[in-house]
Amino acid sequence: MLYFAWVRERIGRGGEMVDPPGDVVTVADLIGWLANGSAVHGAAFADPARLRAAVDQVFVPLDAVLGSAREVAIFPPVTGG
Amino acid sequence: MIVVDPARIDAAEQFAALSAAGAGGIATFVGLVRADDGVATLELEHYPGATEAALQRLVDEARERWALIDARITHRVGAMAPGDVVVFVGTAAPHRAPALEACAFLIDRLKTDAPFWKKETRGDETRWVEPRGSDDAAAARWTL
Repeated sequence: MLYFAWVRERIGRGGEMVDPPGDVVTVADLIGWLANGSAVHGAAFADPARLRAAVDQVFVPLDAVLGSAREVAIFPPVTGG
Repeated sequence: MIVVDPARIDAAEQFAALSAAGAGGIATFVGLVRADDGVATLELEHYPGATEAALQRLVDEARERWALIDARITHRVGAMAPGDVVVFVGTAAPHRAPALEACAFLIDRLKTDAPFWKKETRGDETRWVEPRGSDDAAAARWTL
C-alpha cells in the first residue's frame, strides 16, 4: 500500500505491506478491510467519496478489481499544476 | 521531455531548452505560486514513477493529436515560496494553432490526470488544497 497527501498524514506513514483475505476483491473492499482493521485507517478512510486510487501505478475507480495487484495507492483528488 | 524535480525552475532556461528547430510558433504556460490570503509556503507532493508516467502519457497524446516539433513539461516538487515557478509547459510546432492548443491541453489535463498534491502554509496553519470543479471542466473540454 502507498498513501499520499492527507491520507498519508492521517495514517501516519507513506506505505505498508498488507495481505488481505480472499474476499477482498476490489479497491473498495480493500479500503473497507483496512478501515475495519484499525481506528487510524477507519478515520483516514471515513469518506470514500474523497478517495482516489491507483493499482500498479494506473488510476482506477474504487470498484476496480485488484486481481494480482502488487502496489495499490490511496490518495485524495489531485491538485497539481 | 518530462522533468519532476525539487530544483528551482528557471523559465528562461526551460524556454531555451525547447527544441525550436523548424518551429513557426512556440507556446508556453508558466504556473507560479500565488500568495493567496497570505500563503507563505506551498509544498508539492507527488507519486514517484506514476507522476512521470502520467505526464509522459499526456505528452504522447498531445503529439498524436497535434503536429508538434517538441513538447516539454517541467514540474517542481517539495517546498516553494510565492512567486516561484511550479510548472513550465512548452510546445513548439510549425504553426501557432497546434502549439497553443497542445499547450492548453497539457496544462488543463495535467491538473486532473497527474498525481500531485498541494499543501499551503499560512502562519502556523497548514491545509491541503481541495480540487476545483473548474479544473475538471477545463480538462473535460479536451475529451474527444
